[in-house]
Amino acid sequence: MHQLWLIPALPLAGFLLLGIFGRRLSKPVINAAAIGSVVLAFLWVVKTLYGLGALDQPYVERYFTWIASGTLNVGFDFAVDRLTAVMLLIVTGVGALIHIYAIGYMSHEGGYYRFFAYLNLFMFFMLTLVLAANYLLLFVGWEGVGLCSYLLIGFYFLKRSATEAGKKAFIVNRIGDFGFSLGMFLIVAQFGSLDFQTVFAKVAGLPVEKGPGMLALICILLLFGACGKSAQIPLYVWLPDAMEGPTPVSALIHAATMVTAGVYMVARSAVLFNHAPAALEVVAYVGLITAVLAATIGLTQYDIKKVFAYSTISQLGYMFLALGCGAYSAGVFHIMTHAFFKALLFLGAGSVIHALSGEQDLRLMGGLWKKIPVTFVVLFCASVAIAGVPPFSGFHSKDAILLAAYAHAPWMYWVGVVTAGLTAFYVFRAFFLCFFGGYRGDAHPHESPWIITAPLAVLALLSLGGGYIDVPRFLTPVFGEPLAAQDESLVYISVGAALAGIFVAWLFYVARPGLAESVAGALGGLYRLVYNKYFVDEAYDALIVNPIVDGSRVVLWRGVDAGLIDGAVDGAGTASRFIGGVLRYMQSGFIRRYAAWVVAGSILVILAIRFAGGAR
Amino acid sequence: MTLLDLILLVPAAGFLVALFLPKDKPALVRNFALIVALVTFALSLLLIGPVNAVPGSMAFEQNTQWIASPAIRYHVGVDGLSLWLVILSTLLTPICILVSWNSIQQHAKEFYAFMLLLLVGVVGVFVALDLFLFYVFWEVSLVPMYFLIGIWGHDRRIYAAVKFFLYTMAGSVLMLAAIIWLYNQSGTFDIPLLMNMLATGHLALGRNEAVWLFLAFFVAFAIKVPLFPLHTWLPDAHGEAPTAGSVMLASVMLKLGTYGIVRICLPLFPDAAIAAAPWIVILALIGIVYGALVAMVQPNMKRLVAYSSVSHLGFVVLGIFTFTHFGLDGAVYQMLNHGVSTGALFILVGFLYERRHSLEISDYGGVATVAPWLATVFVVTTLASIGLPLLGNFVGEFLVLQGAAVANFPWAVFGALGVILSAVYMLWLVQRTFYGDTPEPLRRHFSDLSLREWAIVLPLVALMVWMGVYSQTFLHSVRAGNDRTLSLVLRDTTNARHFTPRTGPPPATLIGQLSSPAAKESADAR
Repeated sequence: MHQLWLIPALPLAGFLLLGIFGRRLSKPVINAAAIGSVVLAFLWVVKTLYGLGALDQPYVERYFTWIASGTLNVGFDFAVDRLTAVMLLIVTGVGALIHIYAIGYMSHEGGYYRFFAYLNLFMFFMLTLVLAANYLLLFVGWEGVGLCSYLLIGFYFLKRSATEAGKKAFIVNRIGDFGFSLGMFLIVAQFGSLDFQTVFAKVAGLPVEKGPGMLALICILLLFGACGKSAQIPLYVWLPDAMEGPTPVSALIHAATMVTAGVYMVARSAVLFNHAPAALEVVAYVGLITAVLAATIGLTQYDIKKVFAYSTISQLGYMFLALGCGAYSAGVFHIMTHAFFKALLFLGAGSVIHALSGEQDLRLMGGLWKKIPVTFVVLFCASVAIAGVPPFSGFHSKDAILLAAYAHAPWMYWVGVVTAGLTAFYVFRAFFLCFFGGYRGDAHPHESPWIITAPLAVLALLSLGGGYIDVPRFLTPVFGEPLAAQDESLVYISVGAALAGIFVAWLFYVARPGLAESVAGALGGLYRLVYNKYFVDEAYDALIVNPIVDGSRVVLWRGVDAGLIDGAVDGAGTASRFIGGVLRYMQSGFIRRYAAWVVAGSILVILAIRFAGGAR
Repeated sequence: MTLLDLILLVPAAGFLVALFLPKDKPALVRNFALIVALVTFALSLLLIGPVNAVPGSMAFEQNTQWIASPAIRYHVGVDGLSLWLVILSTLLTPICILVSWNSIQQHAKEFYAFMLLLLVGVVGVFVALDLFLFYVFWEVSLVPMYFLIGIWGHDRRIYAAVKFFLYTMAGSVLMLAAIIWLYNQSGTFDIPLLMNMLATGHLALGRNEAVWLFLAFFVAFAIKVPLFPLHTWLPDAHGEAPTAGSVMLASVMLKLGTYGIVRICLPLFPDAAIAAAPWIVILALIGIVYGALVAMVQPNMKRLVAYSSVSHLGFVVLGIFTFTHFGLDGAVYQMLNHGVSTGALFILVGFLYERRHSLEISDYGGVATVAPWLATVFVVTTLASIGLPLLGNFVGEFLVLQGAAVANFPWAVFGALGVILSAVYMLWLVQRTFYGDTPEPLRRHFSDLSLREWAIVLPLVALMVWMGVYSQTFLHSVRAGNDRTLSLVLRDTTNARHFTPRTGPPPATLIGQLSSPAAKESADAR
């Protein structure tokens, strides 16, 4: 036994300690519990993986039966294979760095213990998610990270926009989970189990589906769940709003780990998806459309966190594109490099916001490179990494994805290349607006303390060099050799697109300031459409949310419930009261009225006998 | 005398003694009632071991003559189906007494006496194995609830109490007629005997006769559940009842209906139940979605929770009428989970009411600032109620929907909509009540949970976690009870073909039709 349960149990213990006693604990104790539990979890992961060796076969530990009914038996079982190993290292490694950063970032905030309690709880659920040996336990982590996301987005619960965003995130995710759970129901109905090994062994024995069939339906439903968690169309709308949460949360949950859970889940279900090519095609389309759509919105935003949020959606789209092309290992590779550079982007942005006492608007920044040089350098590392400039990390994973896309369908490659150019543009737009030109705000920028900059430095190194960790090769035993086009010129083209994007950003925001406004002005309506995020939120409100709320109030509650049903019930009541009222005259307690009734009754009886008996 | 008799006798004796306690010493009465309730609870825990040993059959069975003619017998017993419902009732009674500790000042003696009588009634229903005895306990439970609402309720209590009483009586009358009809046909009120006579053919009911009898029982139970569209008494009753009344009503009394369906309707009239199932399921599905939608727009907290019960109980009915192991296990488990989580919700709303004297959501806001632990417990309970994994309701909802998916996939699709909507209305309630700015009236005298209040909510929260993490404690005996019920319902092979769950390929018939041509062929071939 390698005691896998200890990995999530450590942050759970941290959560319980902080959640129950946190208010009475001093800051050093809170720090020790919060950071210690995650760092220990990371060390335990390293020790366990070292002990498990090559991991050619999944290593499973079974603890106890969770739910048993009929022929179904779902257990609390953990499993580790190479895919899980990669995820474990990302989650605990990047997680530990972000926890350390948060000590500095949150030091002046109220509810300090509460913040770390939630963060530790998140680690527990995220680790449960990646360790789960069956779909239902994965779903535990899945819903659990959603809960923590809800709590942490709404961390500043006095702010209405924050609680609103938290609620929106939870509900949109619930809509996705609707699909996920229906997918699970079908898996049970088809295969009698939710255990990964059992289900995949049975699927492997089936022929690959031609056209859309049962497996495709299952996969599409699972994908719908993944679209919620990983912010893909049509369910991406919660992620930009989620930026209401504190910046370390944006980095940890809404960039590096939780939002990649959907990618992980699809990759975990690779056997299913491989047997349903129709569904796989849908995955590719969803990813590609999301990547383009979000990148275009990112071009126009002025809130530095919103820019990176749309960037996250776009990059997740890349990962789905990879999955859809059957290049699962490239998708997971991008999870890792993205965790490095996007966490760094957010934490760097946090450092900027911290330096400017809370300012997030790019229009009120500028010229900061002299004032906060460390942040400037690390954000530069992150920007070249995400832009795909060789030889930094983003270049390697993005290239793996684009080459796989070319092998799958060349046109997807070309769309991906254009998106890569857009990505480079919006990231460097933010970078230049932030650090170059003159300072446009009125705060007093100051560099962050070492506890903030030290994790940034580590992440910067990983963003630069992380591409040389050969995740695709490590994952070959899990996913097999990925398809990839063998054409070097394709690499040059995508690098060219990235460099072009950087150049245009430099032209617009450094060399010729003002050019951007005139271009935006020239585009007119199109610019406004993109700036307003294609009015998707407004459309959802008008077409779905408002009709449901108003319909429920006016039609269902006031109409059906109070009007129709209660009207009928009260009507029956009134009718019986009316009859009772008539009958009451017979029992009024007045002797004379009784006498009158007796007389009337007698007359009636006599008349009845008279007429009935008249025939005789 | 068996342990089970004692569990009925202790609160019954307590009720009688309470009536003769001095009126001017409310502290004495409530202490006495609490002790009686706690003793009953402790006794009921002793049932667990013996019932778990033979969960598929009746334990502590007692069968003696009560009235010679007509042949009414005191026949009681407890099995895997009723065990946890009995314990739920005995657990919530002392909790409700503690809840009322300070809030009930008027007629305290009568109040606590009625609480004990209510306990006798509900436990009696769960253990009665004689139809007439069942009916008597059913009515016994009705009376104290009528007074709880009518005397200690809010402003419109009389309207609510009368509505509650008339609705339930309308059902009771139908049930009584059916019971008497059955007696005339068979000469017995004994449920196991009736089941045996039907199974062996000693009692043969005509097809229409069985349908009418089924419907008479079912309508009585459906009003109690309540099943859409028979639910409109519930928001009024809950809205006006005192906290303890709401808790007992939601947590225990609604389950009398669903329990009656499983204990009486399914085993006695299996064919009629199967024939009616598609229609009942449609009503249950409407209830799930409709209850959630109407809950969403309620301005009053208690009415919101009341409508959420309509939605939750829709899941229970859906599960039962899938006639699958998943569905039935989930339905019974969901009865228990709903009892714990919705009971806790009403208690917490009661705590809010005691502090602010309002049930209007718009009077609240920012409670998390002034009472962080109250907010925390409320959020945990909310999460249980909306079916977050590792808390109890998730297991129940999962099994119910899994059963629905196996029986008829579109049922699961509609049912799962309720899971989305529950998050909508509950999180909205949490947001408006606990987050944001704290209005001025709440800033003064708004205390966090007291020691007594902790003692009330802590066991319930612990149960939510236990039931969510280690369901085996409870499901073990529930499963065995359900296996027997299902084997009775599905004894006929034609029924079995339509309703037994199929696991593993080839795909289940109804799902197969939805998808691949190959699956469709194999389904047709069958």
